[in-house]
Amino acid sequence: MSFSESLSLALQNIWGSKMRSFLTMLGIIIGIAAVMVIVGLGNGMENYMTDMFKTIGTNICEVTLTGRDTSRTASVEDMYEVLRDNARYFDNMSPTVSMRGSIKVGTEELDYTNATGVAETYFEIKSYEIAEGRALHYMDMEARSRVCVIGSYVANEYYGGHAVGETIRINGAEFTIVGVMAQEDDEPARGMTDDVVYLPYSTAARLSGLGSVSSYSFTVIDEDNVSIAKTALENSLYDIFRSEDAYMVISMTQLLSVMTDMLNVVITILAVIAGISLVVGGVGIMNIMLVSVTERTREIGIRKALGAKESSIMVQFVIEAAVTACIGGIFGIIAGFGFSSLGTVIITNILGFDMEVTPSAGSIVLAVGASAAIGVAFGFLPARKAALLNPIDALRYE
Amino acid sequence: MTPLIEFRDLCKTYVMGDTIVRAADHISFSVNEGEFVAIVGKSGSGKSTCMNIIGCLDVPTSGEYLLDGRNVGAMSKNELSEIRNAKLGFIFQQYNLLPKLDLLDNVAVPLLYAGKGKRERRATAQKMLERVGLGDKLHNRPNQLSGGQQQRVSIARALSNSPSVILADEPTGALDSRTGREVLEMLQALHKEGNTVVLITHDNSIAATAQRIIRLEDGRVTFDGPASDPKAGVEKAGAMA
Repeated sequence: MSFSESLSLALQNIWGSKMRSFLTMLGIIIGIAAVMVIVGLGNGMENYMTDMFKTIGTNICEVTLTGRDTSRTASVEDMYEVLRDNARYFDNMSPTVSMRGSIKVGTEELDYTNATGVAETYFEIKSYEIAEGRALHYMDMEARSRVCVIGSYVANEYYGGHAVGETIRINGAEFTIVGVMAQEDDEPARGMTDDVVYLPYSTAARLSGLGSVSSYSFTVIDEDNVSIAKTALENSLYDIFRSEDAYMVISMTQLLSVMTDMLNVVITILAVIAGISLVVGGVGIMNIMLVSVTERTREIGIRKALGAKESSIMVQFVIEAAVTACIGGIFGIIAGFGFSSLGTVIITNILGFDMEVTPSAGSIVLAVGASAAIGVAFGFLPARKAALLNPIDALRYE
Repeated sequence: MTPLIEFRDLCKTYVMGDTIVRAADHISFSVNEGEFVAIVGKSGSGKSTCMNIIGCLDVPTSGEYLLDGRNVGAMSKNELSEIRNAKLGFIFQQYNLLPKLDLLDNVAVPLLYAGKGKRERRATAQKMLERVGLGDKLHNRPNQLSGGQQQRVSIARALSNSPSVILADEPTGALDSRTGREVLEMLQALHKEGNTVVLITHDNSIAATAQRIIRLEDGRVTFDGPASDPKAGVEKAGAMA
C-alpha cells in the first residue's frame, strides 16, 4: 500500500469522526498557538527594545567617571584628548550633565521634561535637526551662557510653537531659548525624546554645583566594531586613572545584546513551558489512537485476514496519528497568528506600547515539525498494538 | 498432481489455564484443485481450528500444512499475510465488510494489499460486484444492504484477487434459509467454474451442497468421503442438484 493511499485512508478516518478528531487536535492547537504567541511576544519585545536603543543611538559609548579608587581626575579637556587619541575609532564626543531640579515655564512646572547639559557636538552625535533658531555653539560653552535648545514637544505645549527668544527657568536660573529641535518621534509624548531641554554643559555643571563633568557620550565610527572601540577607550581611561574602578564604559549595542540575551532566555523558558502542552497534546492523541485501535479491532482483523501485513497496519495508524497532529499543527498556526494579532491590538491600544507580536518563521517551522514528530512518536505505541493483534481474535472481537 | 491443501498428521493444541486442549488431533487429509469440500462438525469439534489453519490465520503445533506445496507452518507473519492475500478468499458468517467503505472499496481491499493500482482495483472490484449482481450499488455502504446482499459483497471480495481456495466459514449462518440457499448456489456455481471451495459448517443440510464431506469430532476426522455416501450422514436437500 502506497503512502498516498495510507494518507487518504487516514484522512477518511479523521473526517469520519470530526468532533473527536478536533478535540484530539485541541491539545496540539493550543500548544502550538501558545509557543507561537510567546515567541512572537519575545520577538516583539526585542524589536521594541532595539527601536528604543536606536533612538538613543547604537553607535554611542557612554562613559561615566566614578572617580572611585583613585586620586586622579580628568577634565573635559582631558576627555577631548582621549577622543583625539582614539580618532581611529571615535569621531565625536560630548560631555553630558543631567540636571535634577525644577524646570518652569512662567509658573508652570514641567515635571517630566529632561534637562541635560551638552556640548555643541551633541546635536551632531544624535543627528538632531534644528527646526527654528540655532543650535548650541562652542562660544556658549566657553561663556557658560544661559541659553538653551528645546524639543518640539515643549515648544508646542508651552509656547504655542513660537519659543525662540522666550525664556525658561531651570533650577531657578533664567535661560533664553535660542533654538527649537525638529520633531523626532512620530507621536511626541510627555517625557519622551521631544520633551527635552539642552543647555551648555559648562553652564549645567556650574548650576548643579559640580566641579567636573562625569558623563560623556562618544560616537563610534564603525558600528560593527563597537567592542574594539570600547576596549580602546577603556585603555585610554586606564592610562589616566590607573584604576579600573574609576570609570565605566557602556556601549548601547552591548547593553542591547545583554538585554536581548536575557530576554531570549526568559522567552525560551516560557516557550519550553508552553511546549509541555504539546507533549500533553501528544498524549491526548495517543489516548484516542488507543481507543480507536480497540474500536477498530475487528476492522484490523478483517484487513489482516485479507492480506494486510503488520507493517501496513502499523503505517496506517502512525500516519493517522501524524496527520491528526499535523492538521492540529496547521490549525495551531492559524490560531497562533490570530492570537498574535489580538495580542498586538491589546498591547498597542490598552497598554499603550508600540509593540507588535511577531511570530517568527523559525518558531512556525519548529511547531509544525514538533507536531508531526509528536504524532509519529505518540502514534507508534497504538499502531504497534494494532499491528500485533492476532487476526483470529481480532475477527471474533465484538 | 500435488494437492492444493494437504494436512499431514496435523495437531493444534491450546493451553487454557492448566488444561491442554487438543483442537486438532493428528488430522490428515488433502484437497485437490477444483474440489468442493465441506468440513462438518459440531461446536468444539475442531472445525474452526482447521479453518484458521487452512486460512493461514494460525499455524499448526505439530505436523505439516502444505498449501500449494508450500509449508505454511514454517512461514513468517509477513509471508502468511502475503499468502492469505494471494491464495485465499474468505467468506465469513458475519460478512465482515468494512462499514465506512463503499462496496467498491470493500471489494478492492485485497487488491490494495496486493499492491494493485487504483484504476485496476476499481475495475476489478466493479467486475466482481457485477458478477454477484450488485453492479448497481457500487457506491452504497454495507449497512444499506440486506444480509444476503452483504454476503454477496463478501463473495465478490473473496474472488477479487483470484484466489486458489475460497474458504467459507458458516456463510449462511446469519441468513434466512432462502437467501442462504442463494449464497450456496453461488458457491456451487463458483465450483463449477473450476474454483476450489472449502465450506465450514455445523449444519449437515448445508454441508450437503458440497461434493465431499470431511467430518470432524473431538479434533479427529471421523469421515472423509463423497457426500453421496450414506455414511457421510448429510441429508440431501432435494432442491439442490
